[in-house]
Amino acid sequence: MPFLRVFPVLGVIVMVFALTMLVPLGVSLWTQDGASSAFPGAMALTFVCGALMRSAVWRVGHKLELQKRDGILLVGLAWTLLPLFACVPLLLYFGPTSTPLSFTDAYFEAISGLTTTGATVLVGLDRLPGSINLWRCFLQWLGGMGILVLAVAILPMLGVGGSQLFRAEATGPMKDAKLTPRITETAKGLWTVYCLLSLACVLGYWLAGMSVLDAWIHMFSTLSLGGLSSHDSSFGHFQSPAAEWVAIVFMLLASCNFALYFVTLVKRQPGRIWRDAEWRGSMLLLVGSGLFVAGLLLAKGAMSDPGEALRTALFNVVSIGSTTGYSTVDYTTWPVFAPIFMIMLSGVATSAGSTGAGIKMARIVILLKQARREMARIVHPRAVNPVTMGGNVVDSGTIFSVLGFMLVYGGTIIGLTMVLLLTDMPFDTAFSAVVASVNNMGPGLNEVGPAGNFAGLSDFQTWVCALAMLLGRLEMLSFLVLFTPGFWRK
Amino acid sequence: MNIIILGAGRVGESVAESLVSEQNDITVIDMDPARLRLLEERLDLRGVVGNGIQPSVLREAGAQDADMVIACAANDESNLVVCKVAHDIFNVPSTIARVRSPEFVEGDELLGKNGFAVDHVICPEESVTRYIHQLISYPEALQVLEFADGRASLIAMRAAYGGALVGHTIGEFRERFPHAEMRVVALYRLDTEMEATKTTRILAGDEVFVLADTRKIRYVLGAIHNIDKPVQRLMIAGGGKVGLRLARSLVGQCEVKIIERDPKRCEYLASQLPSNMLILQGDGADEDLLLEENVGQMDLFLALTSDDEDNIMSAMLAKRLGAGRVMSLINRRAYADMMQGSTIDIAISPAQTVIGELLTHLRRGDVAAVHSLRRGAAEALEGIARGDVKTSKLVGRRVEEIKLPTGTRIGAIVRGEGRKSEVLMPHHDTVIETDDHIIIFIPNKRLVREVERLFQVGATFFG
Repeated sequence: MPFLRVFPVLGVIVMVFALTMLVPLGVSLWTQDGASSAFPGAMALTFVCGALMRSAVWRVGHKLELQKRDGILLVGLAWTLLPLFACVPLLLYFGPTSTPLSFTDAYFEAISGLTTTGATVLVGLDRLPGSINLWRCFLQWLGGMGILVLAVAILPMLGVGGSQLFRAEATGPMKDAKLTPRITETAKGLWTVYCLLSLACVLGYWLAGMSVLDAWIHMFSTLSLGGLSSHDSSFGHFQSPAAEWVAIVFMLLASCNFALYFVTLVKRQPGRIWRDAEWRGSMLLLVGSGLFVAGLLLAKGAMSDPGEALRTALFNVVSIGSTTGYSTVDYTTWPVFAPIFMIMLSGVATSAGSTGAGIKMARIVILLKQARREMARIVHPRAVNPVTMGGNVVDSGTIFSVLGFMLVYGGTIIGLTMVLLLTDMPFDTAFSAVVASVNNMGPGLNEVGPAGNFAGLSDFQTWVCALAMLLGRLEMLSFLVLFTPGFWRK
Repeated sequence: MNIIILGAGRVGESVAESLVSEQNDITVIDMDPARLRLLEERLDLRGVVGNGIQPSVLREAGAQDADMVIACAANDESNLVVCKVAHDIFNVPSTIARVRSPEFVEGDELLGKNGFAVDHVICPEESVTRYIHQLISYPEALQVLEFADGRASLIAMRAAYGGALVGHTIGEFRERFPHAEMRVVALYRLDTEMEATKTTRILAGDEVFVLADTRKIRYVLGAIHNIDKPVQRLMIAGGGKVGLRLARSLVGQCEVKIIERDPKRCEYLASQLPSNMLILQGDGADEDLLLEENVGQMDLFLALTSDDEDNIMSAMLAKRLGAGRVMSLINRRAYADMMQGSTIDIAISPAQTVIGELLTHLRRGDVAAVHSLRRGAAEALEGIARGDVKTSKLVGRRVEEIKLPTGTRIGAIVRGEGRKSEVLMPHHDTVIETDDHIIIFIPNKRLVREVERLFQVGATFFG
């Protein structure tokens, strides 16, 4: 068996994942919210499965280094298996209640969590126990920086196999930018930055008046650009301008490359951030769009108070554009330009190496520079003007891979939309549901818009959206390659 | 340790490869991004693209936190300048430069702290030449490595029919050769390690590692291998840097013929070497040329060009045409493992010979010498037992009390300095004394760290 060696590593990752269930279990016991029976069973099941996977093929696998293909396979397997374990507490909790959750819906909820999408099939979130809501959002936090990156950070046994995992899970066009000599240190550094920002965010929410539990829950889904909430009315529940401003700041921070923060902290060169073309691109686009929509709302008379218009527009535009998916109002009632524009924005605004999804600003920057180069070539056919990013020449291999990615990205959206249309879904719902899922954003338009949710979808439609989320998180190619015969050929 | 390596060439690559597995943080600087990417994919290290003599590139590579800079780019100039920059601007405590030119020697003022600030000089060509020279001096051996300033030697050889001890157990050695101070430290049969106990029988074809007093080498060689006649006629294919150095070192010792393809180089060789050494212009794999020059009468044929494939083919051809023994320089590890002991008697991998030298500078504690064996799979390490009963894990203890990692063995102890020194073959009750040089055979590289720790002197009683 050629790929048997990934199982021991996968087993260890599943075991680590089981341990993360201690967090909601602890909260449940602490707050006495009545859901504490859901977690120990799920945790034991996950842990035992992990241990079995680890030991079943221990003798075959423990000595072999992970190869590139193993890394890709492991990432694919982990991202399909972990939601399976993550949905067990939900199944256990909802099983005995009057509204049991189907497996499809539970899996959808879990994968929507881990991929930081933030689409939900649950209604009556306010009445759910705190620990269940926390678990949904905690999944987003884990998936945001990457559960495998976490594994690389804390499991020293991976060695060079760690870089294969890291590369297969990392996002963006240039995946070999190591920050430290050893991949473990890079992974640790990224998680440290992530945790520091998380603590700052919790503090911000708490100061803005949220309860301690709400502050943590919303921090989890803010930093990961996930967008799940413990309230049906999402962020609108709080009616708190201060909390909204805190959210705007941290959503913006999380849509940038975390590696950039790490380098800035280690090298103490704040100037590096300003010089980064991708950072400037993401920030200008998100903030500029927010201001533009605010102006639009005032001009069209949808809102009258400039201060409120600015805050509301900025919050919702940044939330959707950064693929978070919170909302304070039903923005689909805004002038028709705004909601469509925001959904388009979600595909391009976040940076590579951030917790967001979509095409990533780095690819957009490369493509724009390539387009400019083509135009320059019309005027000066013999000019040599390579595409550069941060002073380094982007080789043509990378440019081609970006073009290839764009094709697959577009193809995925069109293809999955067509599949949903086959099930007689209205076009705007189908298209927006696919885009919202592929971009890991959450709410779309109409039925799946901020005022509704994904509960009304049929089982088949739910699975299509779940697949779209997975494809979006793993940037299509490294997941799709698993289904090519060449990958399995010896 | 935090180590910066300049140059991702052959030497840089094998240095990185041998260090990365030892929990070091490695950063490699090179101008070629494609080469770095390949290296990054294979090993857990970081590549930085750029010219390493520029401070900005060194800073990017983290020179301010580096413990050591190893400069092994292709040209001496870069290597020297990098060491200077690393030392003066970034205060890197330790610098090693690969210097090809024989005019820069370690200890020279030019390389001192006010000069180029190079702590250690390594020269792969020089190491390889010395290595080959040893093999010419001891034609029966596969590898001869010196410890304790040459007082003790580790010899690797293949047991052959006719050797006095072949077919006997190791226990019988002492009875038959009572004056031989030697110890079999390891035995490989068909590339797998065998346990070397008293009852182990040595068979023809086994690869045997023996530690002995250097003065007794001849005697030891005769016991395991039938004595070959000394090398008198020698043919070298490839008159590059190694070929020239080797020929120079053999002046007056044997008859040498050198085959070199490049006519200009031939002229240069002829001007550098005494006239009784024959320089031939031609291809080392040219059957007619080899026959014409009596390759069949040669005691030894050496293929020393820079091309692995050429070396392998010409060495195999020479063997077929009747040369006594053939050796070949083989850079690629996989080729070397494949060819060693087949048609080609000895595959010399230059990277491995220089790595042993380099490892000595890298080891912590009081490690005096490290040699890599079996093309990097195993190591032999010489450490000095410092301190006293309280601070050392070795001094004042009997050999059986020392906690050695499984598989490692104490091969010999060299006691005393200079003329009064003696080479002891330790028994289970031998007591280690302060300043003993202890030579330990380590079958697996992963255990090196643990052995090193034995030699570290604890700061306190509990350390």
